[in-house]
Amino acid sequence: MTQVLLPRALDELWDFLEEDPNTAVYSGGTDLLVNLRGGRINPSRLACLERIEEIRGVRDAGAAVFIGAATTHTHLLENSLVSSEFPVLTKAIRVLASPAIRNMGTIGGNIVNASPAGDTLPPLYALDAEVEIVSRKEAKRMPVSDFIVGPGRVRLGANEIVKGVWIRKAPEFNVRHFEKVGLRKSQACAVASLAAALSLSEGGKIERARLAWGSVGPTVVRSAEVEEALLGRELEIQMLAEVARLVERAVSPIDDVRASAQYRRIVAGRLLLRLAESGCKN
Amino acid sequence: MKQAIALEVNGDTYEVLVSPNQTLLEVLREKLGLTGTKKGCDLGACGACTVLLDGAAYLSCLMLAVDAVGKKIVTIEGLSQGGELHPLQKSFVELGGLQCGFCTPGIIMTAKAVLDEEPQPTEESLKKKMAGNLCRCTGYKKVLDSIMGATARMGGER
Ligand SMILES: Cc1cc2nc3c(=O)[nH]c(=O)nc-3n(C[C@H](O)[C@H](O)[C@H](O)COP(=O)(O)OP(=O)(O)OC[C@H]3O[C@@H](n4cnc5c(N)ncnc54)[C@H](O)[C@@H]3O)c2cc1C
Repeated sequence: MTQVLLPRALDELWDFLEEDPNTAVYSGGTDLLVNLRGGRINPSRLACLERIEEIRGVRDAGAAVFIGAATTHTHLLENSLVSSEFPVLTKAIRVLASPAIRNMGTIGGNIVNASPAGDTLPPLYALDAEVEIVSRKEAKRMPVSDFIVGPGRVRLGANEIVKGVWIRKAPEFNVRHFEKVGLRKSQACAVASLAAALSLSEGGKIERARLAWGSVGPTVVRSAEVEEALLGRELEIQMLAEVARLVERAVSPIDDVRASAQYRRIVAGRLLLRLAESGCKN
Repeated sequence: MKQAIALEVNGDTYEVLVSPNQTLLEVLREKLGLTGTKKGCDLGACGACTVLLDGAAYLSCLMLAVDAVGKKIVTIEGLSQGGELHPLQKSFVELGGLQCGFCTPGIIMTAKAVLDEEPQPTEESLKKKMAGNLCRCTGYKKVLDSIMGATARMGGER
């Protein structure tokens, strides 16, 4: 690596990327630097995205909210629009890494890094977020679930970057839940996690359900079968325990240094039981 | 290819020649001789290398030195004023908030960022905000006591 470039605008960035196709972009560098020093990547140059105003910050766009890719986790935690519209995202970021890493790391980096354990991903899947991809010539959007194709693999072409994510406001969801199981309380990589957004009727019946699991498959897992099984039911423990069996079949975890596949499968199901507590409150 | 950059550290401007892949940690320690900032895991997981960038806690091992240009960097060496230790440092000395001392600079820098933002934290809040700094000697009790002790000493001031 011979040079670090610090562009201040997208136009400047496109010039750099076209000059040398082996230029890698980064924001906080909390994933990239670890990979660079581990010798897993070897770009000829780096371009830092942090100083590009166009891709930073949170914007209220009426029916939806735009979050710039280079927005740090700390910034998102402190943003009242995000915490009021998307508490499930705020809850996940609160347990992402450590305070210093949240000061440095960005949501765009978390998405493009595409780790099955990336903590913002289950909320973004549950919220049906769309990723905006830009190049010098065009801008396009696609669902985050299409953008991420495997561990560390995303649909990003040459000279394209992620500009940010769009999340539709969904006030109809009155239960917003996130839980991560790790090997310790803080700064823990997820062994399994669950993000849930549910609408409960006045009578306590589930009218809409969106659930997404992290760390129990090559990408975040959603299951139409599980979501349908919840509809019309009340959030009580017996029912959730039944549906947990479906969850165990829907996920496809692996064994790794943190946990066995079997343990992850069981935990993925059991994470559902916590929703019973939300049922009581409503 | 080396690059000449200017870094503002503890109020002084240093002109240094760095390689693009050198971390801020390496430059602080090896080029500027500021060895108070420690290299622990060198992977962002232990907090020993914590410094302040524009007032917020950053991990200098996960940051390229060139990327720190234009930011105000404060290291443990920058906390004392006119030969007087910072209240946090005094509190750690008096209450024994350390044993081997290796993690202490990082812990104190994080604590400084925490107290600048929340001068009278509850112990619960403090625990959450200190979660990225590992200590393998103390069991954390005396670390937390020392930070809480400093809040009393500082009386809500920075
Ligand atoms: C000790 C430690 C603990 C961690 N704990 C957690 C954790 O608990 N949960 C968690 O989810 N993550 C964790 N992480 C991972 C990391 O901090 C997050 O994934 C973070 O959000 C990455 O953001 P970044 O800006 O630092 O990414 P970078 O390192 O800057 O970039 C990551 C990747 O994305 C690409 N990229 C970044 N931005 C863009 C963009 N706008 N367009 C196109 N490509 C882009 C880069 O080229 C690179 O490949 C941890 C990391 C460390 C070192």
